[in-house]
Amino acid sequence: MTTQNTDAVSLEATVLRKPGLWREIRRSKMAVAGLTVTSIMVLLALFSLAGDLWEGLRALPDPKDTDLQAITQPPSGKHPLGTDDMGRDIASRIVYGSRISLSVGIVGEAISLAIGLAIGAVAGYYGGWLDNLLMRFTDIIFAFPTALFAIAVSAVFQDRTVVTLFLILGLIGWAGIARIVRGAVLSVKHHEFAEAARAIGGGDARIILRHILPNSLAPVIVAASIGVAGNILTEAWLSFLGLGLEAGVPSWGNMIRDGQQFITTKPWICLFPGLAIIMAVLGFNLLGDGLRDILDPRLRGKQVGGGP
Amino acid sequence: MESVGENNRLLEVIDLKKHFPVKRGLFSRVQGYVRAVDGISFTIGREETLGLVGESGCGKTTTGRTILRLLEPTAGDVRFEGRSVFAFNKTELRQMRRNMQVVFQDPFGSLNPRMTVGSIVGEPLAVHRVGARRERRERVKELLQKVGLPADAVNRYPHEFSGGQRQRIGIARAVALNPKFVVCDEPVSALDVSIQAQIINLLEELQEDFGLSYLFIAHDLSVVQHVSDRVAVMYLGQIVELGDAEVIYEDPKHPYTVALLSAIPVADPKTKRKRIVLPGDVPSPVNPPRGCRFHTRCKYAKDDCKTEEPKLTDRGGGHFVACFLEESPDELRRAQGEGK
Repeated sequence: MTTQNTDAVSLEATVLRKPGLWREIRRSKMAVAGLTVTSIMVLLALFSLAGDLWEGLRALPDPKDTDLQAITQPPSGKHPLGTDDMGRDIASRIVYGSRISLSVGIVGEAISLAIGLAIGAVAGYYGGWLDNLLMRFTDIIFAFPTALFAIAVSAVFQDRTVVTLFLILGLIGWAGIARIVRGAVLSVKHHEFAEAARAIGGGDARIILRHILPNSLAPVIVAASIGVAGNILTEAWLSFLGLGLEAGVPSWGNMIRDGQQFITTKPWICLFPGLAIIMAVLGFNLLGDGLRDILDPRLRGKQVGGGP
Repeated sequence: MESVGENNRLLEVIDLKKHFPVKRGLFSRVQGYVRAVDGISFTIGREETLGLVGESGCGKTTTGRTILRLLEPTAGDVRFEGRSVFAFNKTELRQMRRNMQVVFQDPFGSLNPRMTVGSIVGEPLAVHRVGARRERRERVKELLQKVGLPADAVNRYPHEFSGGQRQRIGIARAVALNPKFVVCDEPVSALDVSIQAQIINLLEELQEDFGLSYLFIAHDLSVVQHVSDRVAVMYLGQIVELGDAEVIYEDPKHPYTVALLSAIPVADPKTKRKRIVLPGDVPSPVNPPRGCRFHTRCKYAKDDCKTEEPKLTDRGGGHFVACFLEESPDELRRAQGEGK
């Protein structure tokens, strides 16, 4: 009886309580720092989007405009972060790049979540041979090198757009999520409220969707936040290796690749997109760590899956 | 088999068995079975309460869950209104669940912490598509009122309530579909003594209002004594004694029942009652003792008890005992007195 009670208490700690969540985020320094950085990034992305949609709001030069009169210029009043080897404004490219990094990070993770939640929930709930089959398949995906998969996908699709990147990241990244979901489902499915739902006559779909998954989400939210950081990083190195977005697209990885030959002479071309990547990855990781401390205190200090 | 008349029977449990495989090793080889429930039979009449008592791990809870088919049985049958519960297909089982419900022991674990009280109590109605949304809302309010909760509880979450109130929520959910039979799985064991009485009174009220039958599972005999018409005593997956509640308490025949009863605290300090402390631990249900399962801890055990299994036999008036002892409880008690 005592063990059951402590069990119930710890379960409650993992649950998102509606009124207290915001206050707890504010109390966690890590979560505040992460939320600040990621919010700035979202604002930058929205800002560039607004500039595209309404001429009047455009404050930055077009990131694809080349100015051969002003190539590889150091930071100045006109170009606050300088220009690259084709005379494109680096500040503007970084702002536009935030849009690509964010969308690749978030949409890729959303695809991972959809697949990972479905596979993890089915494997954990039904168990038996189905669990074995799905989890061995998950292991295979987990062990699959991202670069190899990116080459394969690039071979199938003629051009590499953000959509192909969404697919690359989404179809690779779900394995970690599936494992976390399966574990959470295994621990929640034996709670009496799941059994009560069955006693009422509720079907499997109802029990999974209404009772088990909502109570398994805490570790998933954490992993997803850290997964966004991983996706941003993966996009950057894929683009750097030429496996990501096409050259010329203002993505942070592309910018570093463009600047690598000048890294000793004109370091700002690589430095600023590099800093942007560090900030973005750090921001989402901090947010994830902060959320973990709030949602799942038992996991404090442990490594949660996700990332490359 | 028992005192419940043929046409008044609601639930019949016939030689029910539930064994859990024990798996070990690399390829999960089955190493043996936990015989949690090992051949028990009883009936429950309409509007009757059968108390099921026994210590932790004797198979009480497993019995309740197997009857409701939350666990699949190993052998035996359960008939509800004459129809075999284990023969039902998925659709029939869903329909059957309208009539058979359960109240759980743990008021913290049995309510989904992410759902409002309104959706918890209304879920059975939603699952079985009873009435329109608005009608269901009204019915939920009615139910909450019936179990003694304020109507504004609808939009609140379980963690805002105390243990006793949560148990009321669980009870409201169980009776939402007007069931005929409810398994109460230690519904008050997790509650304060003062709250226990309130919940028991509520269960008795509901029994009258809805015409419910209860299988009341508990390890506390004094609680069971209060609510039950008849009582079954379980030991290691089997029933050792079954009879009218008064008879069991006034005239227990099985040494295990006598020992259990001696553990009930008596309010009157003048009453002197010898507490019988059973030697040893409950044997493992993986490998239960041969013969009478209680013989390892029974001070009256003879050679027969170690080899032969006593059958549950009627000692008159529907009082069933599974023991070779023929003596009356008085003689048993005197024998204990002398033994000390």
